[in-house]
Formats: sequence, structure tokens, C-alpha cells
Amino acid sequence: MGRKGLDYEDLNENVKKVQYAVRGELYLRASELQKEGKRIIFTNVGNPHALGQKPLTFPRQVVALCQAPFLLDDPNVGLIFPADAIARAKHYLAMAPGGLGAYSDSRGIPGVRKEVAEFIQRRDGYPSDPELIYLTDGASKGVMQMLNAIIRNGRDGILVPVPQYPLYSAAISLFGGSLVPYYLDEEANWGLDLVNTRQSVAAARSNGITIRAMVIINPGNPTGQCLSEANLKEILNFCYQENLVLLADEVYQQNVYQDERPFISSRKVLFDMGGPISREVQLVSFHTVSKGYWGECGQRGGYFEMTNIPPKTVDEIYKVASIALSPNVPGQIFMGLMMSPPKPGDISYPKFATESKSILDSLRRRAQIMTDGFNSCRNVVCNFTEGAMYSFPQIRLPQRAMDTARSAGKEPDVFYCLKLLEATGISTVPGSGFGQKEGVFHLRTTILPAEEDMPAIMSSFKKFNDSFMEQYQDYSKL
Amino acid sequence: MRRFLTDRARRAVAASLRAATRPAPPCPAAPARALSRPSPSPASAMASYMARAMSTSAAAAPPVSLDTINPKVLEFKYAVRGEIVTHAQNLEEELHKNPESLPFDEILYCNIGNPHSLGQQPVTFFREVLSLCDHPALLDKSETHALYSSDAIERAWQILDKIPGRATGAYSHSQGIKGLRDEIAAGIAARDGFHASGDNIFLTDGASPAVHMMMQLLIRSEKDGILCPLPQYPLYSASITLHGGSFVPYYLDEETGWGLEVDELKKQLDEARSKGITVRALVVINPGNPTGQVLAEENQKKIVEFCKNEGLVLLADEVYQENIYVEDKKFHSFKKIARSMGYTDDDLPLVSFQSVSKGYHGECGKRGGYMEVTGFNADVREQIYKVASVNLCSNVSGQILSSLIMNPPKAGDESYESFMVERDGILSSLARRAKALEEAFNSLEGITCNKAEGAMYLFPRLHLPQKAIGAAQAAGAAPDAYYALRLLQATGIVVVPGSGFGQAPGTYHFRCTILPQEDKIPAIISRFKEFHEKFMDEYRDGSSTSSKTESVEDKTGSGGDKTAGSGDKTVSGGDKTESGGDK
Repeated sequence: MGRKGLDYEDLNENVKKVQYAVRGELYLRASELQKEGKRIIFTNVGNPHALGQKPLTFPRQVVALCQAPFLLDDPNVGLIFPADAIARAKHYLAMAPGGLGAYSDSRGIPGVRKEVAEFIQRRDGYPSDPELIYLTDGASKGVMQMLNAIIRNGRDGILVPVPQYPLYSAAISLFGGSLVPYYLDEEANWGLDLVNTRQSVAAARSNGITIRAMVIINPGNPTGQCLSEANLKEILNFCYQENLVLLADEVYQQNVYQDERPFISSRKVLFDMGGPISREVQLVSFHTVSKGYWGECGQRGGYFEMTNIPPKTVDEIYKVASIALSPNVPGQIFMGLMMSPPKPGDISYPKFATESKSILDSLRRRAQIMTDGFNSCRNVVCNFTEGAMYSFPQIRLPQRAMDTARSAGKEPDVFYCLKLLEATGISTVPGSGFGQKEGVFHLRTTILPAEEDMPAIMSSFKKFNDSFMEQYQDYSKL
Repeated sequence: MRRFLTDRARRAVAASLRAATRPAPPCPAAPARALSRPSPSPASAMASYMARAMSTSAAAAPPVSLDTINPKVLEFKYAVRGEIVTHAQNLEEELHKNPESLPFDEILYCNIGNPHSLGQQPVTFFREVLSLCDHPALLDKSETHALYSSDAIERAWQILDKIPGRATGAYSHSQGIKGLRDEIAAGIAARDGFHASGDNIFLTDGASPAVHMMMQLLIRSEKDGILCPLPQYPLYSASITLHGGSFVPYYLDEETGWGLEVDELKKQLDEARSKGITVRALVVINPGNPTGQVLAEENQKKIVEFCKNEGLVLLADEVYQENIYVEDKKFHSFKKIARSMGYTDDDLPLVSFQSVSKGYHGECGKRGGYMEVTGFNADVREQIYKVASVNLCSNVSGQILSSLIMNPPKAGDESYESFMVERDGILSSLARRAKALEEAFNSLEGITCNKAEGAMYLFPRLHLPQKAIGAAQAAGAAPDAYYALRLLQATGIVVVPGSGFGQAPGTYHFRCTILPQEDKIPAIISRFKEFHEKFMDEYRDGSSTSSKTESVEDKTGSGGDKTAGSGDKTVSGGDKTESGGDK
């Protein structure tokens, strides 16, 4: 046998098709440059702690105690842990027989799922059933479980916004389904245009695709818009008419940087609508501990909540969850803590409130600095980051830059981002990784670099961009 | 009266066996407030209602329902919370409400390899380090020394220094934190005496996701087959079904202590190939789950040779490598065996799976683990990396623990002695528990049980009287499932029927973990004995003398059963039985 058991040619084709730009060419080049000793500012992943954001103290205290339950019997424990953290650690350990070292129920610890349900009820004003909430190792795992359950073959289509977070395209490829794009309207602040969406659906159907589900990301990634209540109603009506399950990625619900359009959950809008829609539209909502002012990406904690999904299907999804045995227990406890943080009157409340407010306020200022910075650059236009953690400026590349890029065998935005990286050390993700309209180019940065570094980053960006535009300005203007 | 109780028990058994699915969780009705309120725009609601009524899809089932979900999801079986366990949970609730209602006072979960849930204590040093890494601010406080051992503090510093920005709350490299992978590689090299590289380590949320990742990579269609042992841990059959491949079984030989014979591998491989299946990989679980055997070095060499000659990827599930209970057996990793035979990366693609959930530490809830991938081309490894990157990274706490189990305290460290006391205490107690349970099972009429040389399970064979088999069939249950349910109802002991793991046709087994705390073992044994004797009395065929004879014949005839039946097994689809087990 000359060949080995697993040559590239023999791999699952669906695996080979997967594209995942967030950790793609730009990221690899940036890692190389970092190894060569160049200072790199990673703005390619929404990974706040990697850029210096400090963890919130209270949840870390609670989990540290849950990790070492023997400390709870130590008379010195009060020296370094506040009483409410000790009490909360006991609360979670009582919920989790066997502590952090035992597999939990495959759907997550019942007590934590109850805390999630209570949070949802407080947020939306409608009761939530813990039996329909499944905890996961981060939201990505939950999205993958749902797509795995939905997609039967290449003729099943999933409506995904473009630009999109590439988790969706990657997971759809992996499960062998078809991605059906709908375009967000940059001119209307990345609003969702249903006329255009209907056209996408009709085109896909005429190609024999059965559309099964629609994904929305609210607040948007990479686009940063917050959907209005009216827009959400249209979306739900659309799902009702077209018989689609709505997959609502709401992981940025705490990250809102303007006051006109606060976050409103798809579930609340659905129940507010009443009537058959509220009883029939199937909805799965996703949340995580990785975002918000928590940013606890490394913990891999998350949940999804199912609405109007038939009980037998819920059981099948339970089965899918059960093959991974259980989500990690520390991540589940972080989820519980995020759902029920310290309250006014608790010993740790003032510190917790100060820490979280300072993170959110700073993110809001950074969103503004970044948008303003981009808009001050030549040939760059940028919508305001209303929410989430990203800025997604449009780069209007001169024809000459496009020609040079293509002759170098690169997409124009990849070419631009590589030049930016080499010149400034700023590591971004080209818009082509998220999808964009033909002939229009973007890049995505996070708004996560430390606030004090922000002015310098924006001015080095401007300096690079403006000289790039100068260098490649169109022939006619020469 | 006794008759009445027996009948009632039978009816209950039959009823719970009939209930094919667990009771459905209540679907939340749309809240009353929303229902009574007119929708915001009646006209537009009506329009959309009409549109829906007229649209072609209106008559279809809801987008996500049993009729419309992925059929592979429906097909695969992984009843981790199978009927028996669901029933046990119901009984537990009943006990909670009314402690006098059942003939026992607690449910004993021997169905699942989840040591901490049965009272095993965590290893102190590991937890101290994890606790400090979870809250690094403690490291700056002098009071911390009053609560944590100094080598745990030192180790936490070392680990944090390996993490960029010391940020345990950040996504890591998708393969896992580089410094931790290097530490794991050093641990592997120390174990095997052969070089290992951190670049070949992929850290995962437990071993199961790693197994899924490999199946995803290997399986292109139902024409691709994976050779798996029977009995097997049902993760494999479930994962193969979910990824649309074909499960190609090979039988372990119960008569020779669950021996793995290369002749059997070859026979099943040829048979699968003759049916047009491309066999891609061989799964070996060593030490065995549920069968507990530890492979001999010579046997492993033959397996390596077989994979090399047949061009198969060797998927070595080595998660029980620390769990060895007999003097005359040692764990040898397949990588060590392959390297000692002179085979290099160029000769054999090999994946070794390891987990923090097993061993003496048993940290199931952490979801930590890794796979060491060797003998793959760089372009294949890139694909593995890409798949890993879709989930961003595995949980960092689990990554840290993986590095700790591969580099525990060493002689001279402050925690070394207490660590060794904890470790050896757990392992020697597990060995005693394995022996006590095995001897108890073997002392009973109608049960034969191989030794648990390793892992965490016993897999005794039940030689059931014909009458018991008839009663099970009348109740619509597999005979071993019937037995397990009766056992549960009489004693509160939860075991997993052998049909969940696959067994030679006509044989019946159950899997029982050795994990209940040691002080509970004598009571478990006596409860079990009492139940089993009554069960055998109840179903004894004819007179008691003839049943003894039959039972003996049955034992001697078991080898024949296996060979006769093994040809009937279908090649694809994997194990379809209702009850399964959990690691």
C-alpha cells in the first residue's frame, strides 16, 4: 500500500470546503510577524481578555472557590474571599452533585438552567421553561448542534445575512447544506431589507433548495447594527409566511452603545405579536459568556433556548447534546453567574457594578473613537457601531489598487489588509471573509484595543490609509 | 400478597419498557397576556396569515420537527440517559417524596463512569492550581499562602506565564495553548521514551469531541467504514451514524478475556471490502470499555502491523491509561509500540485520545482532553486545525488540567507526598472494588465475569433461563434490558444492559462501574445477590436440578453462540439497540 490511510485527497469534501477567515491568511501572517518580533495589534477576534480587559472579580472568586471546595472548610478562607462569593460558591456546589469534576446532565445543570430561565423572564416579561434551555460549551457549539439537526442534505438551505459571522458559513459547509445569502443594506445602516431577502429565497427555491432556517445576528457581527422592533416583527412575519425556524444569535445583547435602539430579544417581539405567530414561529436564541462586559471567551460557556419546538424534536436535540456528555461545568457556572450577578445590597455589588460599568462605558467611547477615526480617512466610510464589538468600514479602493492586488493574485481587500498589517502591525479581517456585495470592500476590526492605545492606533491607521490611497490613486487623477 | 407484589412489579416493568420515549417536557404555551392582546397590526397579521395559507409550504410540517430534521440524527442511538436511567431518575424523585415507598433507600448509579458524582474527591494539587489560574489576582496576595500549597502557587505562575497576557479568559490558539501542548508532549515523551511534539497535540473539550472530529474528517459517505470493537463504547457507533458512515464491527473474544484477534480483524475487513465498503480506520479501546481488558504488547504489535499493511488509520482510545488493576499488565501506548517497531511518522497514521475524565483524577465535568496526531501530512493537519478553529478553542480550564495530569507533582515537590497518597489511594481502592465485584458476580449461578484488568467497568455475562428470556420477550424488551430494569426496581442499582454496547448474538451482559465508594460495595453485593437469586428462582426452567445443568451447558456453549451469530451482523449502521452506556 503506497498511500497512507489519510491523505488529503481522501478527506471528507465538506471539511475541505470549510472557510474560516477569522483565523485565516491575515491571522497566520500576523502570527509570523509576531514571531519575528514585530508588535502586532490583534483586532481580528472578539477576544477582550487577550487585549488586556481584566476579568470581573466576583465571578472569578466564585469559580476559584468551586474549583477548590476544600477551601470552604478552611478558617482562613475569609481572608481572601468575600462572604457573598463564598455563599455563592456553596450555592452552585449544592446544585452540582460531584462538583466541577462530575459530568452534569447533558443539557446542563438544572439549577443553572433555572437561573437562565429567570433571567429571560426578567428580560422579556414572559415566562421561560428551563426544560427548553440547553447549556453549551460556548454559543458556537449550540449553533452547530442546531444546524446539524436541521440540515439533511445539500438541498436544504439556511438564510444567512451577508456580511455574516463565518461560523455560519463554516458550519453549513461542514454539515453539507446550502448557504442562501441575504444582503444587509449598508446605506440603511446595515438594516435588513426583506424585498431583497424574498428575492434570495425565490432564487434559491428555483434552484431546488428548500429553505429551512433564517439566521439573524443582533446586534450584528461584523456590522454592529441593532435591529429595531419593527424590523424584528417583519422578520418574524417573514419566517411565519415562509415556514422557517429563526436562529437568533443574540450573543452581543449586553453590548449596545447608543440609546435609541436598546436590545430587544426576538422572543419578546414574538410573544408581543400574539396570535398564531407567537404560537407557531419556531425560534432558537443563542447566548454566551464570551461577550458582553464579561468577555470570558476561554471558559466556553453558553446556552440556547428553544421556543415552539415540538417536544419530540427537543428530545432529539437532547440526544445530539448527549454525545458530548455534558458542557464543561465551570463554563456552566459562569453562565449562571452572568444570569444572576450580584444585586444591590450584596457585599460585592459596588465593585461588580463599577467594574462592569467601566468596561461598557469604555467600549462605548472606543466605538465612537473608532467610527470617527475611520470616517476621517480618505476613501473610507463607516457606519457607527451601535452594538457588538466590531467596526466594519468600507474601503473605497481605487482601480489601480484593485488591479495591483489582482495581479498579485489577491482579493483587493486582502491586499489592503496585508499592507496595513505590514505597515502598522494592525491585524484585521478582510471583508471578503464575511461576504460583501460584488465590487465593494471592507475590513473588520474589533473595538477592543485598550482605550488609551486607541488614538495612536487610529492615527497610524489614517497615516497608512491616506498614503496607500495616495500611492494608488486613480489614473485619471494623476 | 407476595404474588400481588410480583405482578405489580412485572406490570411496572412492562409499562416502563413500553414507554418508548421519556415524557415530553411541557411546551410553554404562549403567555396568556400575549394571547389575549390583539396583535399590533391586525391587517398585516391577516395578510401574513393569508400569505401563509396560500404559500406552498403552509401545509408542510413546522421547519423543525421529527419529519424534517436530519435523518441521521433520528437514526443514531446514544441513550446516555436511556430508559433505565430515566426510570432510575423517576424512582429517585419518588424516593425523595416518599422515602418509604420503595424497597431501598437510595439509587446507586453504576451506569456511568462519573467518579466524582459518586463521592470521589478531587486531587487537591490539581484543584489548587486550577483555582489560582481561575483567579490570578490571588497570586498577588500574601494571605494566599495560608490557603494554598506553595508548589501549587508556583505551578500556577508557570502555567500563567505560558498563556499570552496570562489571560485565562481569552480564546486560545485553536489547537490549545502552545506552552501547555509542549508540556503535554514532554509528558508523553517521558511515558513512552520516544519523542513527542506539541505541534501534534490538539486540545479538546474531553476526548469525545476529538473522536467526532476524526470521524468527520474520515467519513465521506456510507461507503466509508470504521472498524470498531464489539462490545464497544457507543460513542463510536453514534458518531459513525451521525457522520453517515458504516460501522464495521469486530468481535472481542470473551473466552480469552475479551481478546482482540488479528484474524478476526482481517476476516471482518475482508467481508466489509467484499460489500464495497472502504475501511478507513480501526478503533481500539485500550484498556477496554466496557470490557476492561488490557492489551498485551505482542498483541498490540500485531495490530500495528495490521493497520500498516491494510492502510488504516489507527484510532487509539487510551483514556483509561492510568486505570490498570493487575500486576502482570502494563499500559503501552500504541505510539510507543509503533516506534519501538521502528515505524515512523511515514509509516502509520495514528491518533491517540486522552482525557482528564478518567484515570485517578476522574475530572469529567472539566471537559478536558487531547489527541496526539502523528503520521499525517501537513495538509491534513491543517484541515484538522481548520475544523478545530470553527469552535474557536477548547475551554482553558480543561486545557490547564490536561497539562497537569501529564505533568503531576514530582518527588521533592511540596505536594508530592500528599498527591501520591491521594492517587494511590484512589487507584488501589478501585482495584479492590473491581476484584470484590468480580468475585461476587462469579460466585453467582448464571453469571460469568471476566476480570477488570483496567478501565472502570465490569461486563458480566448473564446466562438467563429460557423462562426469563420468554418473560422479557412478552414484555417487549431485550432480555438483558429486562434484567437490568428488574434489578433497578428491586435494589436501586443502575446498570447498563449489554445490548447498548453490542454483544455476540444470543449472549446477554450488563455493564457495571466499579465506582461506588468502597464502603458501599459490601451492601451493593449483598443486595445484588439477593435480587439475582430470587430472579433465578422465579424463572428457573423446570426443576432446579435441570436448570443447573442447563446453565452449565449454556456456559460451555457460549463460544459456539458467538461464531454462529457473528456472520448475521449487518455491516452498516452500527448498534441500534435502545439502551446505551456512558463513559
